[in-house]
Amino acid sequence: MEPLERYRPIIDDFKAFLGACERPLPSAVRINTITASTERALAMLEADDVAYEQAEWNPRVLRLETASPGSTWTSFHGVTHGQEEVSAVPPVVLDPQPGERVWDCCGAPGGKATQIAARMDDRGTVVANDSNLGRLSALRFNAERLGATSLAVTNHDARNYSMKPFSFDEFDRALVDAPCSCEGTIRKNPDALEDWSPDHIASVSGIQKGILRRAIQTTREGGTVVYSTCTFAPEENEAVVQHAIENEPCRVVDFDLDLKYAPGLTAWEDETFDSTLERAARIYPHHNDTGGFFVAKLEVTA
Amino acid sequence: MGDGPDGDDIAEIGETDIAGDSDGLEQNDGQRFDRLPETPAERTVEGRVSREEVLEYFADRFDIPPETFDDHTFWEKGAGKIWIYAGEAPTPLAIEAIGMTCLRTRQEHWKPTTDFVQRFGTHASDCVIELEGPEARRFVAGEDQEIDRWDGDWGYLIATHEIGSDVAPMGVGLYVHGELRSMVPKGRQRDLP
Repeated sequence: MEPLERYRPIIDDFKAFLGACERPLPSAVRINTITASTERALAMLEADDVAYEQAEWNPRVLRLETASPGSTWTSFHGVTHGQEEVSAVPPVVLDPQPGERVWDCCGAPGGKATQIAARMDDRGTVVANDSNLGRLSALRFNAERLGATSLAVTNHDARNYSMKPFSFDEFDRALVDAPCSCEGTIRKNPDALEDWSPDHIASVSGIQKGILRRAIQTTREGGTVVYSTCTFAPEENEAVVQHAIENEPCRVVDFDLDLKYAPGLTAWEDETFDSTLERAARIYPHHNDTGGFFVAKLEVTA
Repeated sequence: MGDGPDGDDIAEIGETDIAGDSDGLEQNDGQRFDRLPETPAERTVEGRVSREEVLEYFADRFDIPPETFDDHTFWEKGAGKIWIYAGEAPTPLAIEAIGMTCLRTRQEHWKPTTDFVQRFGTHASDCVIELEGPEARRFVAGEDQEIDRWDGDWGYLIATHEIGSDVAPMGVGLYVHGELRSMVPKGRQRDLP
């Protein structure tokens, strides 16, 4: 927990924050509306004697009272998918529409990419990319299991992503759920902080900046780019978005999210960020009894 | 494609290509996705099926209305492996995956995939076998079982079960000689209570 000490000045009720980080995460699943309606999914869970609780902010996110959410009939049918509650946030903020072209830059293992496809009624084109070939097989498996026929899977470095394979040259929306230091997954992976170092944060932050810039470049004017991480480090969050608004035509915009969260930071150590960074959301584990997350919504302006 | 295969045939189901007229036709390139031609007459690759034949197969065998797939295209990558896709893409296309694998052709008896059946099987009304509780559990565990009551076609059937007062398709079973063999792939099998 020691690396988290540096966040004491920016987190309200730091004691509750640390307490939440030490508790294991509740088991959550998302209803895959590609294969069943929410009502149908709930009827199947009831028939299977699996107790559930719907998240207030999103009725398709359920906390299940079972130790093995993968060993249920709904999971076998591809009607539910194990996905941390807070990891269902970025596709909601992205708000993709049926028929659109959407890029999920770092798409493996596919929870968010298939959620994007589901929100589009599986109509349109969702390009799910990942640079890691090993993780790509999990993405492909999940895409097929969940019946996401609108998904196309690519294997490239998102920082110099080429639009060449496609019949269009820009996306309507892009999700950059960036590789990160994963501090916010401490409840799921107790050793998440084992390799923590300022050097690692600095190096991953460079990668994040490159991916976000490419996502903005490949998105049409007026389109939406969502940037998210599962970490608290401002170097990987506000600083990355700040770099994007300084170097690419975009601005940070507001969004509605019916969860408790803190606003993005406008200062960290000796750095200051644009005041619009307050429109980003810092979701801490003690806010909603979830993992930790950062999410910012950008509009492409040229 | 015939109707129901008989028992001896089905045991021999293999990867044998349908003998084609190879005159002037290209070979399948297994490294890329090619969109299926609309009709057999537009075929340019040896042994490749057409969209028309795929729709006919789903309609003839399972009574799935062809309009179910109005918003989807069909592609081949890997000889006989047919993919169904809802998005935009030029043909040919060399990327990792599009949509899902839906059908295995280039063999005597075509075989739909488990994932396809779970996604589109609710549209089927023919060659659909509804399994009772313990039968359904054996099926998803990947077990073969005796089922005497089936008097329809032999061959690949869609297996369903009732859950939450409606039926849900589980996958594909191969029915021969009074036995239903589960075709649920290992990675999708489950031991359910």
